[in-house]
Amino acid sequence: MTTSTILSVRDLEKTFGSLVAARDITVSVPAEQTVGVIGANGAGKTTFINMITGHLKPSRGSIWFEDREITGMPSREITRLGISRSFQVAQIFPSLTVFENLCAAAAIARGSKGLLGQLTTPIRLPAAVAEANAALELFQIDHFRDTLASTLPQGVRKLLDIGMAVVGWPRLLLLDEPTSGISIEEKIDLMNVVMSALKSRKITVLFVEHDMEIVARFADRVLAFYDGTVIADGTPQETLGNPQVQELISGSRLAPGAVGSTAHA
Amino acid sequence: MWTRTNVLGLLAFVALEIAAPALPAWLVSLATIAFANALVVLGLVILWRAGLVPFGQALFYATGAYAVALLGRYTGIRDVFLLLAIAAVASGCVAFLVGFLLARYREIFFAMLSLALSMILYGVLVKTETLGSTDGFHVEAATFFGHTPQEGGRELAMFWLVVAISALAAFLVSLYFRTVAGALAVPVRDNEIRIEFLGLSVDRLIHFKLVLAGTLAGVGGALAAFSVGHVDPNMSYWTTSGGFVFVTILAGAGSVAAAFVASFLFELIRSIAVDILPGTWQIFLGSVLLLTILFLPEGLGSLATRFKRRGQAKAP
Repeated sequence: MTTSTILSVRDLEKTFGSLVAARDITVSVPAEQTVGVIGANGAGKTTFINMITGHLKPSRGSIWFEDREITGMPSREITRLGISRSFQVAQIFPSLTVFENLCAAAAIARGSKGLLGQLTTPIRLPAAVAEANAALELFQIDHFRDTLASTLPQGVRKLLDIGMAVVGWPRLLLLDEPTSGISIEEKIDLMNVVMSALKSRKITVLFVEHDMEIVARFADRVLAFYDGTVIADGTPQETLGNPQVQELISGSRLAPGAVGSTAHA
Repeated sequence: MWTRTNVLGLLAFVALEIAAPALPAWLVSLATIAFANALVVLGLVILWRAGLVPFGQALFYATGAYAVALLGRYTGIRDVFLLLAIAAVASGCVAFLVGFLLARYREIFFAMLSLALSMILYGVLVKTETLGSTDGFHVEAATFFGHTPQEGGRELAMFWLVVAISALAAFLVSLYFRTVAGALAVPVRDNEIRIEFLGLSVDRLIHFKLVLAGTLAGVGGALAAFSVGHVDPNMSYWTTSGGFVFVTILAGAGSVAAAFVASFLFELIRSIAVDILPGTWQIFLGSVLLLTILFLPEGLGSLATRFKRRGQAKAP
C-alpha cells in the first residue's frame, strides 16, 4: 500500500452571503484510504464534497489532487482527472437498461473529451462493453443486466449509480450517503459489495454516512463535521469515542468502547 | 456497416432511383418535396431523442431556401451542388450562432425561443423589398455538372438528387446515432447531471445536435426551393415549423427511415385531402394527427419494432 497523499485540502471555506457553510477545513488523505464523513444535516459534509468535485467553488483555501491544484476547476475537468462521485439520490438513465447505463458511462469515460472524439467513438466500443460487463460482475448486478433502470429496486439503483462512477477508473471516489433510502437489513450487504469492489480497484474513498455502525465497520478513518468544520479526525474508535462528537452528532447513547461492535446510533 | 437496416435502405434507394422515370409526374414531384422536407424531419428526430422540440425549425429551412434563391438572383452561381453546399454552410452557421442561446434552454422555453427566432426571420423577409417581401421570388434553374436539364427532365433530375442526398443523410445520421455524441440523446433527456459528472458538457452535445439539425433543415429548404422554383416568407412561418413537428410525431423518434416514410405519407394525405375536401382539409389532417397520438404514440417507426418483437415472441 502506498502512503502518498492523493487529496489535500487546506483552509477550505465556503460562504453563501453571510452564511458560512464550511470553514477552516484542512485534511489530507493518503491513497487507498477509506474515509467516513459524519455530521448532522447542514454540518457541511455535502458542501465539502461539492467543493472537491467542482460543483461549488470554494470562497477561500485550496484543494490539491495528487500533485495538481484543482481549486475552482469545473466538475467536468475534475472528473477527467480521476475524481468521481455518486449521489444521495441515484443519478442514472431511467430509460436505458442497466447494461446500457454502464456502457454509456464507460464509453463517455473512454472517449476523448473533444467533439471529434465523441463523434468517432462508438457507444458500443468493445472496451466499453467489456468494462460494463466487468462492472456488472464487480457490483453483483449481472442478473439485472437487461432490466430497465427505472424499474430497479432501490439497492440496485444505488449500486448502478456507484458502478457508473467506477467504470471510468477513478482514483478517488466520493460517495454521498450510499445507503440513504436503503432498509437497515440491506445496508450492510450493500456496503460489503461496494467496499470490496472499490478495494479491489484500489480506489480511495470518501463516504458520507449517517449510520454510525456502518461508519465504524467500513471506514479506516472518520471525519466529524459540525457547524461547517471538522471537529474530530481519527480512527473510527477515536472519532466516534470523542465526547464532543457523541454529544453533537452520534448521540450520547453510544457508550465509549461500544464502537465497532454493536453500537447503532 | 452491412446491417439489415442499411441493406434495406440501400435497396430502397436503388429501387427509387431506377423506378423514377416510370413513375407518374405528380408522384415524382410530390416525393421530391416530401423527401426534401424529410431532411428537416430527420434533424427534428435528432433533437427529439434528446427531449427537444423546436417550433421554429423553419428558420433554417428558409435560410437554406433563400440562400440558393438569392445566389441565383444576384450571382452567376448555378451549379446545384455548389449551391447546396453554400445553403448547408449558411444554415449550419446560423444554427451555430443561435445555438449559443438555444443550447442553454430546455422544454417549452427551448420550443418557444426557437419559434421566436424563426418569426424574427419571417418579419425581416416580409419587410425587406430586396428579399422579395411577401411575394418572395423566383428561383433560377440550377445546372447539373454544367448541364441544364430541359422541361420534364428537370423534375426527374431533382428527384434523383433529392433521393441520393436523402440516402446519404439517412446513412450518416444512423452512423451518428451509434457514436457517443449521437447516442447520448436519451441520456440527455433522462439525466443531465450524470452526464456532466461523467465529464461531458450537455450544452455542447446539444449545441452540436442543433448545428446538425439546422444544416439538414437548410439542405431540405434548398432542395425544396429548387423543386418548387420559388421562395416566399411562408417558408419561415411558424405553421411551416409546425408541419415539420407534425411529421416528426407521425414518424416517431425511433427510426431514421420512418422520417422519410412519414414525410411522404404526410404529403400524400395532404394532397388527397386538399383534392377531396378543398375547404376543410385541415380537419382531415388534424384527425390523422389525433389518431397517431392516440394509437401510435411512438410513431410509424414503432410499427417495425412491434412486428420484430412479435416475430421474436413467436420464435421458440
